[in-house]
Amino acid sequence: MSQNMLEIAQSDVPAARRTVLEVKELKTYYKTRLKEKVHAVDGVSFALEEGKTLGIAGESGCGKSTLALSLMGFYFPPLYYSSGSIMIGGIDIMQLSKEQLRKRILGREIAYIPQAAMNALNPTLKILHFIEDIMKEHRPELTKSQVREMAAERFRTLHLSPDVLNAYPNELSGGMKQRTVIAISTILNPNVLVADEPTSALDVTSQKAVIKLLKELIGKKFIKSLIFITHELPLLYHVADDIMVMYAGEIVERGTARQMIFDPYHPYTKRLMGSIIVPEEGMKAHKLAAIPGAPPNLKMAIDGCRFADRCTYAADACRHGKIDNRTAGERVYRCIFEPGTLKEWYASEER
Amino acid sequence: MKNADVLLSGTNITKVFGYGKHKKTAVQDVSFSFHEGEIVSIVGESGSGKTTLAKMLMGLLKETSGEVRYKGKPRQLKSHADRKKYWKDIQAIFQDPFSSFNVFHKVEKLLTDCMKLQGLKLTKEEQFRKMKEACSFVNLKFEELHNKYPFELSGGQMQRLMIARIFMLHPKILIADEPTSMIDACSRSTILDMLLKLRKENNMTIIFITHDVGLAYYVSDTLYIMEKGRIVESGPAEDVILNPKHRYTQQLISDVPKIHEEWNLAN
Repeated sequence: MSQNMLEIAQSDVPAARRTVLEVKELKTYYKTRLKEKVHAVDGVSFALEEGKTLGIAGESGCGKSTLALSLMGFYFPPLYYSSGSIMIGGIDIMQLSKEQLRKRILGREIAYIPQAAMNALNPTLKILHFIEDIMKEHRPELTKSQVREMAAERFRTLHLSPDVLNAYPNELSGGMKQRTVIAISTILNPNVLVADEPTSALDVTSQKAVIKLLKELIGKKFIKSLIFITHELPLLYHVADDIMVMYAGEIVERGTARQMIFDPYHPYTKRLMGSIIVPEEGMKAHKLAAIPGAPPNLKMAIDGCRFADRCTYAADACRHGKIDNRTAGERVYRCIFEPGTLKEWYASEER
Repeated sequence: MKNADVLLSGTNITKVFGYGKHKKTAVQDVSFSFHEGEIVSIVGESGSGKTTLAKMLMGLLKETSGEVRYKGKPRQLKSHADRKKYWKDIQAIFQDPFSSFNVFHKVEKLLTDCMKLQGLKLTKEEQFRKMKEACSFVNLKFEELHNKYPFELSGGQMQRLMIARIFMLHPKILIADEPTSMIDACSRSTILDMLLKLRKENNMTIIFITHDVGLAYYVSDTLYIMEKGRIVESGPAEDVILNPKHRYTQQLISDVPKIHEEWNLAN
């Protein structure tokens, strides 16, 4: 792919675009063996526009992966749906039956790459078999040779060798397996691709190849939008247009990648950005931020701000009642303080 | 640093797996010298031989050729007693805390084993006090944990328990094989803070094995870059990262996404 195309994929797209995915007040929970409910996703709302890449960041256990599963309608015990709506391409998927969901939505409208994508392939089957499997369900009119031709064509376009189709998964390296899984899951040109930690198990060189592939998929319009889940913030900065930070099942802040990295509002985002390590000049003098304590227990209802116990700036007002979203320009964040006040605090901390 | 401070050194270490047609050289002609109190990072991509080298340093694998010298003398690992003595001084934490603990032993037993390894004869109270101290060093509550099995803990708790073990043993050398690759950025800072504090307290040598170039640069004094079993570049961390000489090092650093520079995806 030429450098030019990368730039197009990266540059700002017009604001008034069609929304491909809209989530409203989504709540899902896990049921433990003791019949307790763990509210892993607790009132999440967001919209994703066509052509955009949305990054979701947050520490382990904050509900990133559960959100991804919920978006796909993967409600299998112990995960249960509680309330809220998920609109994909104008269809509320919560109103569909499992059968309709599988036929109409999964793979066509929204596709998902799980965290352990490397282990998602059955080692006894050739790569082509997985594609044939998808086509049997979604495009039954195609013959075997047509499917093979189509798959080879797609692999060539994405700069993957068509020979891979005849390989067994264990013959491929980790990075190659990951790219193959991405190519397979996008074969039906879904509107949205949800990638859950696609590069966390890879070294930097393979990571770059995976990112290149994802950008190419958007550049060539095979997918319209991408949701990228990771805790690696420097990577998100280069991949995502917007970044959403999750904490204890809630979205605490959303903004453009640049705003979130260099000018965070919410105290949690600020701490998260302080933990970034990159090989750049001046990094050695930088003091790493560590967040004391642990996230709250999601089994119980939490009064007030969920981050209050670990926040240096928490006041009494933070600990009671419902904390509402605050809007400042296009930014949305969940904190009771004004951006000006927060910025002053951050500035005095750095001195 | 003076030559006299050299704690662990190796000359022309090679490790070959398999025979004949299936021969595979994992580590080739690697030489190094680690000083007392130094933090060293060995950086390389997957399959570059980092972990094989770490295992040889630990004495878990035998080198095919070459010599490892510990405290200026050739390392002795022939008998069980020799190995036990060596492991008093050299300890490791691994990537996956879930597989590093014996799941049949409770936390208390795991920690008392450390004291056994040191050959300490302590009363119950003294043991208890020592374990409590180690746990509070890593922000764990011993009272809540001692009766639990490792699988009842979260990943972060387990990784901290590993560090509590290191705190009790205070080895001369700690080998940390991808200690933070399984955890998120915030917990990473906490773990790093603790390791650096430990090093300050008893002048421990820490050897980080990692593919995270940023982390290696941030924590270490000296860097070794490995490619396909060979060390291609080494030197003070600043020199290697900010002025990389070798083609592979340059490639590796350009592959890392940074926040103040453009990330060139084209090459």
